[in-house]
Formats: sequence, C-alpha cells, structure tokens
Amino acid sequence: MTEFTPWASLIGGAMIGLSAVLLMLWEGRIAGISGIAGRLLPPYRDGAFLSRLGFIGGIVAAPLLISLASGTPVSQTISSNVPLMIVAGLLVGFGSVWGNGCTSGHGVCGLSRLSPRSIVATATFMATAFITVFVVRHVIGG
Amino acid sequence: MSFLVNLALGLLFGTGLVVSGMADPAKVLNFLDLFGTWDPSLAFVMGGAVVVAFIGYRLVLRRDAPVVGKTFHLPTRSDIDARIVAGPAIFGIGWGLGGFCPGPALAAIGLGATGTLAFVPAMILGMWAARLLAEKRA
Repeated sequence: MTEFTPWASLIGGAMIGLSAVLLMLWEGRIAGISGIAGRLLPPYRDGAFLSRLGFIGGIVAAPLLISLASGTPVSQTISSNVPLMIVAGLLVGFGSVWGNGCTSGHGVCGLSRLSPRSIVATATFMATAFITVFVVRHVIGG
Repeated sequence: MSFLVNLALGLLFGTGLVVSGMADPAKVLNFLDLFGTWDPSLAFVMGGAVVVAFIGYRLVLRRDAPVVGKTFHLPTRSDIDARIVAGPAIFGIGWGLGGFCPGPALAAIGLGATGTLAFVPAMILGMWAARLLAEKRA
C-alpha cells in the first residue's frame, strides 16, 4: 500500500508542467525526458548538448538537494531484482525512443498540445503498463 | 547561460517528480494496479502537469520565438504509424515491470538503490539502440 496523496501529487505535477512551459519559453523545446536523455549520446545533430546536460543534471540533483535540505532521505521502494530491472530498463529505453517519447514528452507535453500521435502513444503505454502489472501481480503473483 | 537555465528547469522538474510521488516506483506500480492496492495519486500528477502545460503553452506560443533561438521546435507529424504504437507498447511493459519511466529513473540515480543502478544503464543502452536503429532505417 502507498498513501493517497492528491494535493502533493497535484502540486508536484504542476511543477513538472511549469518546467515544461518554461523550457518552451526559454528555448522552444519539448520537455520530453527520453528525447533529452537519448540525445545526450552521439551522434550530435544540433548545438543543444549543454542545455540537455543541464536539464538532466537538474533532475539528477533534485532529490539529493531535497534530501540535504530536509535532512531526511527521499523515500523510494525499488525492486532489487537485478535481471528484472535490466529487462525493464532495456524495454523503457528502447520503447520510449522508438515511440518518440515517454510519460513526459507524450503524456504531459503532447497531451497538452492535443497531438493525435501523443494521445495514441499515451493510451498505448498506459494500457500495456496496466496489463503488465495485472499479469505480474494477479496472474503470475497470484 | 542556457546550461544554467536548463539546470534550474531540471531542478524544478526533478523536485516535481519527488513532491508528486512519481519518483517512487512503489507508488507508480500501485497506480497501475487497478485491481489490487490501487493508489490514484498519479492521475493527479498527470492532471496537474497537463493543466499547467495546456494553459502555459498557449500563452508561450503566442510569441514569435522563444527567448533564445529563432523558432519553436514543435513536433509537426500527425500520422499514426507502426512506431507510435509499438514504441509506447514496449515502453509500457517496461514501465509496468520496474515502475520507472525515464525521468524518475534518472532522478533516482543519486539515491543509489541496487534496482536503479541496474535499470538506468540498461535504459540508456536501450535508448541508444533505438536511436541508432531509427537512423539506420531513415
């Protein structure tokens, strides 16, 4: 069980949305994490490498700064099943770049722009994620 | 300058991930577990983010150009091809297995959990493979 946190989730979500809006205002780019992270690797097609490095650096640094500021580590519960997490990582990395976006690029930025491709993408990854958890927890896990 | 602005925006994004609960895979997996220990919180994350971006994008895109750069880099495609279904389908399976999508996985690196340290390098490898394969086919 995890606690239902409507207000914290709404506020945190609004911060994510605000970050996306300000990135569009600043340099006219979509705040899609798979796109930003994927393009940190070669080949390099444009001159936005430092921007991308900064954005990803900020995401990596945020939980550490929050832990330092609050004096309590950010709480996470993560599977320590290494083979499972490697397979999951490969699927997430490949699928998000192959489909031109993930939860942020399609789910937040694309839905906000009412992009038909993002609506299809978001509906698809939500569906396969729901099915996967159902199979893992209720069919296999029993 | 752009590096520092992006660093600040990344910090805002990452803080949003932590505050919202999205950075905790247990919360993500419970959101995805409709018929078990369902936690609807993530619908509120999505709702908050989409409402702010929906309004904010409309205000920002009234401008002729962003603050730096000449044009907005907006995706222009609207066709539904095989990749826009296959990619997200694969991504969703991985998301359901690990509870991590790319943003929260990167945010979790510094916290150093075993599962994260297995997931992130595999994710980066997967991203790179998809990019190289896409460029090869293009």
